Amino acid sequence: MPDQLLFGMEVALNGLMAGVMYALVALGFVLIFKASGIFNYAQGVMALFAAMTLVGIQNGQVPFSYLINAIFGTDIQYFGWQAPALLAILLTVVVMAGFAWLVNRYIFSHLVNQEPIILFMATIGLAYFLEGVADLMWGSEIKKLDVGLPQGINDWIDQTTFEAFGYGFFIDNLDIVATIIAALLVAGLVLFSQYTKQGRALRAVADDHQAALSVGISLNFIWVLVWSIAGFVALVAGIMWGAKSGVQFSLSLIALKALPVLMLGGFTSIPGAIVGGLIIGVGEKLFEFLIGAPFLGGATENWFAYVLALVFLVFRPQGLFGEKIIERV
Amino acid sequence: MLDTDTITTPDGRTIGGTVMDLRNITLRFGGVEAIKDISFDIREGEIRAIIGPNGAGKSSMLNVISGFYVPQEGEVWYRGKLRPKMKPYEVAQQGIARTFQNIALFEGMSVLDNVMTGRLGHMKTNMLSQAIWWGRAAKEETENRAAVERVIDFLEIQAIRKTPVGRLPYGLKKRVELARALAAEPSLLLLDEPMAGMNVEEKEDMSRFILDVNDEFGTTIALIEHDMGVVMDLSDRVVVMDYGRKIGDGTPDEVRNNQAVIDAYLGVAHD
Repeated sequence: MPDQLLFGMEVALNGLMAGVMYALVALGFVLIFKASGIFNYAQGVMALFAAMTLVGIQNGQVPFSYLINAIFGTDIQYFGWQAPALLAILLTVVVMAGFAWLVNRYIFSHLVNQEPIILFMATIGLAYFLEGVADLMWGSEIKKLDVGLPQGINDWIDQTTFEAFGYGFFIDNLDIVATIIAALLVAGLVLFSQYTKQGRALRAVADDHQAALSVGISLNFIWVLVWSIAGFVALVAGIMWGAKSGVQFSLSLIALKALPVLMLGGFTSIPGAIVGGLIIGVGEKLFEFLIGAPFLGGATENWFAYVLALVFLVFRPQGLFGEKIIERV
Repeated sequence: MLDTDTITTPDGRTIGGTVMDLRNITLRFGGVEAIKDISFDIREGEIRAIIGPNGAGKSSMLNVISGFYVPQEGEVWYRGKLRPKMKPYEVAQQGIARTFQNIALFEGMSVLDNVMTGRLGHMKTNMLSQAIWWGRAAKEETENRAAVERVIDFLEIQAIRKTPVGRLPYGLKKRVELARALAAEPSLLLLDEPMAGMNVEEKEDMSRFILDVNDEFGTTIALIEHDMGVVMDLSDRVVVMDYGRKIGDGTPDEVRNNQAVIDAYLGVAHD
């Protein structure tokens, strides 16, 4: 096989892996949007907050230590223990569930039956608030996230492809792990929403609030549950992206990458988020490889996804898998 | 305090003691009094109709019973207990199921899934075992499916079990809504204009189903209708409302001969 083609294949494969990472972020959006009609602008910041909390707990950092030190003139920073990764993850899940409860108790339970745009504005406020709290709680310096995920080139794939084609593919172990985890996550979500009582209740709430109440479903409980799950998905995305590029403010901007994915896949479809992520991932890498780098001077990855999303908006505004828009006259 | 005697209707049907007792209910929306000091009871196993012209406050009354509205004054006694202030979903969990005037179904879900949501209160196993279909959860799901299939058979909607509700015609949607309410095995079933917008044939079908439900499962039913004819054939006792007041209460025959009721329906000038 010609080198060029092999290299192209490698690029596409890496695109797929990157797509999985985008899909992870987009999933969080879809979950909340489906269940409550809220477009949660804060999803990216939730990923950042979850990752920071995880690192903080792992390192035994004292939350709000800067604030405490500034007020009381003390000098505490660390509890002096290191939490094992698994325990830290579990504790972070608990924190995210607590966050979900607070958000519903103090923000969204007061905004029931409001226009979607108002709910959206509330999530923008929430995003900036949470960003500030995250910095205040754990400090704003760049942190290293290490929960023991394998990183670096996968030697086996490198070897095998080298023996087969005379060209070794570079695939990052972390991407492979991310793919497996994303697959498990989606399988889990599908099982949950199709086969459990709470999943059925969740779909019911997404469809009709009044009807849901009439069969004995508590809206508040379902919303807290959805936000907790979205918090959990944010944590997974935060771990993956954090392990890749460090935990820092820019992590919250991955939310922007999720937007084109959502436009492609549709805001209401879990498979859509996955396929949309993959298309964007592969599309932007291949575009850069085939057209961007040779003809346009490179760096097309930054904007290609948005252009693709715009084209989609023109021809299929509900996205690939979104609910069909039917207008009754 | 509570009336537990059985009574016999003129049709020769025996109905039981009081299930629900509404005492001096007043409901206001701002300055408007939708319900003014109304009291009546619903007895075990009967079909109790609430009728009245448009805007009489019938739906508001039903919404008070199902907990969607909280009256400013008055007491709701359910099964011998004064009901404290409650959320609608808590009322539903107490065994009061309802349908809506403007059908409220889960449009994106199949008929089967819609009816299954009626069983949510009957599912007790935990989330994890349900997700992986393990142990008692599998048995429980099977039992609930069986109960749902009985309801589906009963209401003759087998053919559309897998169809997404959004695609069904109006009359069938009404029937699916009834199925969902029935699946909960309610001890009190509330029907908000079950026949609204139906043609004669569909009305006859629906009447038959309501009678059959009452007969077969012994379900206590309270229903709202403004079509007098249908109601009189169907119900054991009738409450008549007009402008938020109760103007009549009794068997269909008593109500039919009540001068206030005749006036309300034929339209006499209110002074």
